[in-house]
Amino acid sequence: MSPLSRLSGRVGGLLARGLIAGLVAGLLAAAFAAVVGEPSIERAIAYESAAEEASGQAREPELVSRAVQSREGLLAAGVLYGAAIGGLFGLAFALAYGRLGRLGPVATTAVLAGAGFLAIAFVPALKYPANPPAVGDPATIGIRTGLYFTFILVSVCALAVATAASRPLRRSLGSAAGSLAALGLFTALIATAWLALPAAEAPSAEFPSDLIATFRLASLGTRAVLWTALGIGFALALPRQDI
Amino acid sequence: MSDAVLAGKTGPVAIPLRDILPWLVLGGVLALLALYFVGVEQGAAALFPGELVHETVHDGRHLLGFPCH
Repeated sequence: MSPLSRLSGRVGGLLARGLIAGLVAGLLAAAFAAVVGEPSIERAIAYESAAEEASGQAREPELVSRAVQSREGLLAAGVLYGAAIGGLFGLAFALAYGRLGRLGPVATTAVLAGAGFLAIAFVPALKYPANPPAVGDPATIGIRTGLYFTFILVSVCALAVATAASRPLRRSLGSAAGSLAALGLFTALIATAWLALPAAEAPSAEFPSDLIATFRLASLGTRAVLWTALGIGFALALPRQDI
Repeated sequence: MSDAVLAGKTGPVAIPLRDILPWLVLGGVLALLALYFVGVEQGAAALFPGELVHETVHDGRHLLGFPCH
């Protein structure tokens, strides 16, 4: 094998490992969501149906039955999402390995999984939290989607900038103070975007607030399961020899 | 000299960016397309008419945190 094909095969191998680890992680996240999240979704849909009935609105016909949506549909979404995130994770690993100080492959994987959950799931969920069905206004779906993706992008970029800045900061301020300064930079960038972007739409006052809280916890839990399983799966799938 | 020998002496060796770039473009486009279908299609934007994709991934879309109706 030529050195070039061995090198490019290396990145392809990491991408494939990420895809498979992500696929399995998506499966586990969907299983968690089915058990922990589905009750909230069913409650929200029952609430929506009752509200529509009370106002005399005709219920929209279902193309896909609720039974299929809550099992096969949820599984399909979880697996597709997991595989996509996993593929990106494999590529992020190829970029990060050897560029995060002297971190070895398993430590790089753990740091990336934690960073991914923080920047892609946790921080965006603080600003634009997940909502159960019947909460969002269909008229504003475009602007809400745009803001959500913008905040994910800002959060990922802020973490990348803070990570890049941490090396010179630690060199000039010392290890502990430099790390804290990098964390401060990340927080400051997030805070700036937080203030610059509009607040999330408040759910209507009649919608049960405990249902929203339970749903949001289930949503965050689903993504915590995904990132944890992805990190563990990718670490287990790492090549035994050199990366 | 093999990478293993290099890794033993100087720590982990980064993969050159020029080796990553083609995979990043290919994998990035495919991953974003998949995320689009799970998170956005027949919601904020639509490549296909109707509600089939939206209804199939509906519960996952909500629980994975994407904005929906």
